[in-house]
Amino acid sequence: MEKQDYLDLYNQMVVIRKVEESAAELYQQGKIGGFLHLYIGQEAVSTGLIGARKPQDRVITAYRDHGVAINAGLSAKEVLAELLGKATGVSKGKGGSMHMASVEKNFWGGHAIVGAHLPLAAGLALGDQYSKTDGVTICMFGDGATNIGFFHEALNMSKVWNLPVLWVCENNRYGMGTAVARASAVSEIRQKAEGYGMKNDVVDGMDLMKVYEKSKQMIDDIRAGNGPQFLEIETYRFRGHSMGDPERYRKSEEVHQWQENDPIGVYRKYLIENGISTEEELNQQDKLAEEVVREAVAFAEASPDPEPEELFTDIYVANFEEGC
Amino acid sequence: MARITMREAISQALWEEMERDPKVFIMGEEVGVWGGTYAVTKGFFDHFGADRVRDTPIAEAAIIGAGIGAAMTGLRPVAELMTINFAFSAMDHIVNEAAKMHYMFGGQFTLPMVIRTVGGGGRQLGATHSQTPDAIFAHFPGLKVVAPGTPADAKGLLKAAIRCDDPVFFIEHATLYQQRGEVPEGDYIVPIGKSTVQRPGRHVTIVTYSKMLQVSMQAAEDLAKEGIEAEIVDLRTLRPLDMEPVIESFKKTNRAVVVEEGWRSFGVGSEVASRIYEEAFDYVDAPVKRVAQAEVPLPYNRKLEQMALPQKEDVIKAVKEVL
Repeated sequence: MEKQDYLDLYNQMVVIRKVEESAAELYQQGKIGGFLHLYIGQEAVSTGLIGARKPQDRVITAYRDHGVAINAGLSAKEVLAELLGKATGVSKGKGGSMHMASVEKNFWGGHAIVGAHLPLAAGLALGDQYSKTDGVTICMFGDGATNIGFFHEALNMSKVWNLPVLWVCENNRYGMGTAVARASAVSEIRQKAEGYGMKNDVVDGMDLMKVYEKSKQMIDDIRAGNGPQFLEIETYRFRGHSMGDPERYRKSEEVHQWQENDPIGVYRKYLIENGISTEEELNQQDKLAEEVVREAVAFAEASPDPEPEELFTDIYVANFEEGC
Repeated sequence: MARITMREAISQALWEEMERDPKVFIMGEEVGVWGGTYAVTKGFFDHFGADRVRDTPIAEAAIIGAGIGAAMTGLRPVAELMTINFAFSAMDHIVNEAAKMHYMFGGQFTLPMVIRTVGGGGRQLGATHSQTPDAIFAHFPGLKVVAPGTPADAKGLLKAAIRCDDPVFFIEHATLYQQRGEVPEGDYIVPIGKSTVQRPGRHVTIVTYSKMLQVSMQAAEDLAKEGIEAEIVDLRTLRPLDMEPVIESFKKTNRAVVVEEGWRSFGVGSEVASRIYEEAFDYVDAPVKRVAQAEVPLPYNRKLEQMALPQKEDVIKAVKEVL
């Protein structure tokens, strides 16, 4: 990686953090409806993971998708506009927080039913295998998703068909408010991949460089035709499951302990200690990110609502006058 | 025109579409080496190979989910559910993913996908393997739901479904595979979303589809012997529902019976009857009658099962009640 690449990754993490902080404020002001699941604390996971992909590699994730969207290359403007339900949003204001995607950026959503996008990921990978392209599908999901049947059907099928998928479990310790040990028969989640004869590993998700290096190695290995693999990434969300979570299931000391290991702080330290960047330079990056997000909020707020015609647009592609 | 079975007609449509477009492939339980549990894909595996005729694990959510993913990449999967009863194991993917994928992301994704499945009772398979829950699937905007009643329609509609850029839920009836009929050879397309008059008549309109088309046709022949001429409108597609031929016929006959194999409550008959009242109230001479399955889980015993399923006699009785 060149210096600019390191700084880009730093910038992405800070933009995500600031987008999420702004989103929390906008939510409290009543400008964002529905559910809002923040990615604060988990930024190094998708930044490292997606930083390691090539343009032909597809990314698909669950509902905690704002950060993933930004790492995939969407602008803070498009993301915040979608959160506000505006016509300029990435899904034209019709998807909301949990349903962001961009075909152009090879980002396949944003899926809100726990575990349901894993079979879709198998299908995306099947698409590449069938068409003989060398893309790898990176499928992210939470620890909670590993307890639902979809997970097992998808992992099994991917192994039987030798599909090019990297299954990535973001283990943030809680499925909503239920700790992993209270919901999963095995607490070390990667063991589940063993049952499908799948190569697997685990990595510290608070350390961007570790995530990046491990992901790169596994993605390359999958691209070489060695079949699906499974990566468990240990992480932690600093905020509640969604806005309005009373957080009765964990102690604030636990949260503080993890916050000392803030992924942005860890990466800053890495960049400075390795002489890649300086304190001043990174402060400058922070300011830039802040400016980008401030502009994005203004853009989103000033953007128009979707036109009423949009209500009945895009239900079907074709109409039956054309034979279907 | 050749006179072939519904099975052959469906098989022909699949074969021709796979020959025409390399993006079309089949996936499902026992579609390959076995040749399909209803022998629809017999010979396909040897001809098209394992990549295009993909045997899957018994995992309906993964079959439909992976079909959706593959379709999102631009392929045209025909994902098969061995029976419609197993669709419930894939319900999330049919309802929450397939039906919403295009709309929910602002039109970015398209799903040129067919879900082929088999429904219907009458073969003593018991309550879990004999259902006709077609109306459930027709409930969801975003899906197209097709259920042919003749071999020609089966061929033409399946070809249209495979070429369609929207997800199409294609319901065949297990007891119609041996049904014979004239089927045009080669490229024959029947448009999705078009109802059609299968039998002209002037005294009463029978609205029906799939297996009940055949039952209604037999009832109409018996009624004709008594001088009652029933006009039969075959819906063929449940969503989008084309009411035009129904309303046109009703304005002529002023009486209607809706015949479906599924349960009456919240069913196809309820929908069609409501629309007749909404769109042609001034023409109503008698309440619209619904003929449907008895509201019980279908029993195994042959006599009990037949009692529960709508028969020719039930159609005749209902027609006489509205006349």
